[in-house]
Amino acid sequence: MSIILDHVSYIYGEDGPLAVKALDDVSLQIPDGQFVGIIGHTGSGKSTLVQHMNGLLKATSGHIYFNGEDIYDRDFPMKKLRSRVGLVFQYPEHQLFEIDVFSDVCFGPKNLGMDKKEAELKAFDALRKVGMPMELYYQSPFELSGGQKRRAAIAGVLAMAPEVLILDEPTAGLDPKGREEILQQIKELQAQTGMTILLVSHSMEDVAEYVDRIVVMNKGKVMYDGAPKEVFAHYKELEEVGLAAPQVTYILHALKDRGFDVDVNATTTAEAVDTVLHALGRAPEAFRP
Amino acid sequence: MGIIRTKDLVYEYVRRDEEGNVEGFTTAVDKVDLDVQPGEFIAILGHNGSGKSTLAKHINAILSPTEGSVWVDGMDTSQEEHIWDIRQRAGMVFQNPDNQIIGQVVEEDVGFGPENMGVPTKEIWERVEESLKAVGMYEYRRHSPNKLSGGQKQRVSIAGVLAMHPKCIVLDEPTAMLDPKGRREVIRAVRALNQVEGITVVLITHYMEETIHADRVFVMDSGRIAMEGTPRQVFSQVERLQELRLDVPQVTLLAHELRKKGIGLPEGILTVEELADALAGSR
Repeated sequence: MSIILDHVSYIYGEDGPLAVKALDDVSLQIPDGQFVGIIGHTGSGKSTLVQHMNGLLKATSGHIYFNGEDIYDRDFPMKKLRSRVGLVFQYPEHQLFEIDVFSDVCFGPKNLGMDKKEAELKAFDALRKVGMPMELYYQSPFELSGGQKRRAAIAGVLAMAPEVLILDEPTAGLDPKGREEILQQIKELQAQTGMTILLVSHSMEDVAEYVDRIVVMNKGKVMYDGAPKEVFAHYKELEEVGLAAPQVTYILHALKDRGFDVDVNATTTAEAVDTVLHALGRAPEAFRP
Repeated sequence: MGIIRTKDLVYEYVRRDEEGNVEGFTTAVDKVDLDVQPGEFIAILGHNGSGKSTLAKHINAILSPTEGSVWVDGMDTSQEEHIWDIRQRAGMVFQNPDNQIIGQVVEEDVGFGPENMGVPTKEIWERVEESLKAVGMYEYRRHSPNKLSGGQKQRVSIAGVLAMHPKCIVLDEPTAMLDPKGRREVIRAVRALNQVEGITVVLITHYMEETIHADRVFVMDSGRIAMEGTPRQVFSQVERLQELRLDVPQVTLLAHELRKKGIGLPEGILTVEELADALAGSR
């Protein structure tokens, strides 16, 4: 049970003069239940990559296997794939349209052919999972705050009961607290349901804090693939391709240069506090921000 | 008197139900007094819905106050006859570069503003050149904007405003949709405009680390100014900012947490170098 990309390439405008290779021989395996961050500068191919995973784009060459089945087989149920791999687009609140939040979230499951009662149960469950306050269920989605709209839109995808949830920059444009709340909710969702989650993000600090594994895309290829510590150890190379490491990485390197015995691989504030205290000869205590 | 000044500024939205009946009023900006001096770089922070964009839209007369007054370069924004002068003096850059670029070629896009103002052709070309140079996009002048990265497009948008020779520029979350490199490019261009060209800058953002070079930071909440001061003064108050749904740069947070553990560090550390030096000194 997993998603496997086997030598996948994708060329935009293949036959035209302006052909662009958006994905270039990408091979990846995403096992069940992993929380994966996908980073890369604008145009690096990360959105193209995730759109292949639910069949919105078809690879020019290569194969994609979902739970062992080749999704490009003629009898593979592509429509089902779209409900099993839920994709939340950037600025998903632009896609809210129903008269109240609850009806909006019901739309997906109804569209999949569930009867009214089943769709409503799924919607209720999804709204609970994203932490939407109950008094907002029958409000117009347009009257919600930015963060709540985003929750409603994520619930709309969750209601289709996907096995994999892909979020394309779910926190863009939110204030810091809103960012933290959404990411915390996604983390809890993953812990509770064991769902596979792919998070496309521009925020290195967010990625470092929440994911198990980072895939770095550059020019349509996978540049790095590993745990946050391994990937951010290449912070200089990341900068060259328009990315960066979390700010703590720079702090720890600056301290190391000044002779402190710190672990430069710490990537979160909590880990940085521990290693700095340790370097100062203080016993690190359990620290929770 | 400052280049941008507001006095008891109040802005109310009328809320309507589906039939168009008035349901009530929402006060988006509530008695704000602001006085920005020429050449200043100010940053406005605040959570979603705190009123910062509404305030910004008053500065170039997109919105007109419900109560109170706004003056830009001495002109009252509520007086119709000043609107075009005000919009030329206070340029605005928005979040999404794709909504602001209209030309097929970069230099044509940048020339649109001055052309619209009736500037003579020769001078338009001079302005296009100097504006593109100021944001580091001159070598892309013949390119199609479609092929540029987000950060490059946003710098073209800024050049477009610059070509109108404004005295101040208001940027409403100009980096929200950009990757780290794009963000750095835009912020660097904005700082250059402020320091080299002396243009007054009002920067609205959700990224705390972009504001550390500002002269003053304002934090908005419920339409009011909740905090005001230098970046160091404002970011010293970590808990207060968190209450206001904001945070501080990661380096400031780390210093704050170390301080809580008894390490002798000053509050309001803003840069990596500062923290490293302070820790080296405390040894």
